[in-house]
Amino acid sequence: MKILVPIKRVVDFNIKVRPKADGSGMDLDNVKMAINPFDEIAMEEAVRLKEQGKASEVIAVSCGTTLSQETLRTALALGADRAVLIESSEELQPLAVAKLLKALVDIEQPDLVILGKQAIDDDCNQTGQMLAALLDRPQGTYASKLAVDGEQLLVTREVDGGLETLRLALPAIITADLRLNEPRYVTLPNIMKAKKKPIQILTPAELNIDITPRLRTLKVSEPPVRPAGVKVPDVATLVAKLKHEAKVI
Amino acid sequence: MTILVIAEHDNNALAPATLNTVAAAAKIGGDVHVLVAGQGASAVAEAAAKIAGVAKVLSADNAAYAHQLPENIAPLVAELGKGYSHILAAATSNGKNILPRVAAALDVDQISEIISVESADTFKRPIYAGNAIATVQSTASVKVITVRATGFDPVAAEGGSAAIEAVGAAHDAGISSFVNEELAKSDRPELTAAKIVVSGGRGMQNGDNFKHLYALADKLGAAVGASRAAVDAGFVPNDMQVGQTGKIVAPQLYIAVGISGAIQHLAGMKDSKVIVAINKDEEAPIFQVADYGLVADLFEAIPELEKLV
Repeated sequence: MKILVPIKRVVDFNIKVRPKADGSGMDLDNVKMAINPFDEIAMEEAVRLKEQGKASEVIAVSCGTTLSQETLRTALALGADRAVLIESSEELQPLAVAKLLKALVDIEQPDLVILGKQAIDDDCNQTGQMLAALLDRPQGTYASKLAVDGEQLLVTREVDGGLETLRLALPAIITADLRLNEPRYVTLPNIMKAKKKPIQILTPAELNIDITPRLRTLKVSEPPVRPAGVKVPDVATLVAKLKHEAKVI
Repeated sequence: MTILVIAEHDNNALAPATLNTVAAAAKIGGDVHVLVAGQGASAVAEAAAKIAGVAKVLSADNAAYAHQLPENIAPLVAELGKGYSHILAAATSNGKNILPRVAAALDVDQISEIISVESADTFKRPIYAGNAIATVQSTASVKVITVRATGFDPVAAEGGSAAIEAVGAAHDAGISSFVNEELAKSDRPELTAAKIVVSGGRGMQNGDNFKHLYALADKLGAAVGASRAAVDAGFVPNDMQVGQTGKIVAPQLYIAVGISGAIQHLAGMKDSKVIVAINKDEEAPIFQVADYGLVADLFEAIPELEKLV
C-alpha cells in the first residue's frame, strides 16, 4: 500500500501571532515556523503502517513556497521515503490545495491519503473532505484509530457525543485527530539521512490546476480585548461577586 | 435569495445548534429552508417546521442518510443546493464533515465557522486559534458556510409553521458504512449549550478527582469540560475537551479549575461572558482572561465553593 501524507508549513503552535497594524494579514516576520501538528500525527500514522508492513511507501507532499522544503525535510526525517513540493508563491486556499493534491493522487495512485484534520493557521478543516469529494472516495475525518482490514479500513472517529466507527472502502482519505497517536521526535541521524532523500518539485501550471483564490480576505483584526479582571482573596468573596456583581449564579 | 440550512439531529431530536444556524441565515436575509436528511426522522422534520422564520422544510428520509455519512449526504446537499444562494450548517462534527465535501462538489470555496454576518457575501471568522478575526468576502455562486453556534443567539424553536416537503432523491455511494458508536452518557446539560461550564485541567491530577467538579456542576446546573491535558492524561473522555480542536463554548459563566490557559484552550472559551480561574500558580496565563481569579489550591477551594453556592 502506498500512502500520501500532505503536510503544511505553519507558525509554531506555541507562538501567539498578531495581526499587522494595517489589517492586511498576520505579522509573520521572523516567526518560528514548523510542521502543522496534525500533519505530524498523520505522518506518524503512515510511518507506523509502514513499520507494521502494511504500507510499502510513504510520500510526503506540501503545497507552498520554496521554504516548505524545510518542512518536507522534517517529514522525511520522521520516516517518509520521498517528498513532493508543489511550489507556488501565491496564496493557496483549501479548494486549490485539494485540486493540487487530486492531480498528484492521479499521478501517484496512493491507496491511502492521511491529512491532518485542520491547519492551526487558517483553522479551516476542509482540505481532506474536499480532496475526498474531488476523488469521489470515502473520508474518515477526525480519526483517533485506524485499522486496515483487507481492502477496507476501519476508522474510529471523534464526534461531538463520543466515538464512532466506520468501515471505508480503499482507496480512502483520512484526517488525523489529536489522539490518533503520539508523533516521534526526529533524531539527528534521521535528519542527516533525510538530507539524502529526494524532493521532487512540481508547479500548479505543470499539473494544469487553477489556484486563483476564490475567497478575498478584506481585513484581519485583533479580537475584542477582555477588560482586565480582578483577583479575589477567598472563595466567599468569589461567590459574593458572582452573585451580586456578575449576577451569573 | 433563498438559504438552505442543514439540520443537525440524531434522527430523534433536532440539535439546538440548528437554531443558531437559522439565526445566522436570518441575518443574511431571504427565505430560509431547512433540510432534514436522515432515517425515520419525521419528528425532527416536524420540529424544524416549527422554528420561527423557516419557510419550508425538505425531508430526505432514506436508510442511506441514517448515520450522516458524508459520501451519501454531500451529493444530496450539492444537488439540492444548486438552487440556493447560501448553504449553511452548524460547525459541529457533522457540519464540518459534510460541508467541505458539498463545496468541492459545487466547485466553490467553503467558509468555516463564521461568527458574524457583515453582508450576504461578507463574513467574519476567527483564525490562528482565535488570535485574529478575518473578514472574508466570497464571490462564489453558492456560498457554503459553517456557523459557529456561540456567535449567534438562537431563534425561537416555536412559532413557525413551515410546510414539509419530501425529497425523493437517494444517494448511496456504497463506499462507506457505519459500524458502531460509543456515545458518552450524561445527565448534565450539553457542553456547547450550557449556561454554566466548569472545566478541569491537568491540576485535577487524576480522573477520580473530577468528582469534585461534578458535584459543583450538579449544584450549579452546569456542564463539565476539560482541557486537552486532562483528556490526554486519560482523566476524562475526549468529547469533554474545550479548545481550538475540541468544543467551542460561550456560556454565561466559565469556571476554569487547574487549567493554565494555553492559547489552544482559550480559543474554545474566551467568548464566555464571565470567566473564573482557580489556580495555585498566580502566573498562569488563564488569569489574563479571567474576570475573577482566585489563587488557591483547588482541592480546598472547590469543596468550599460547592458549599457556598
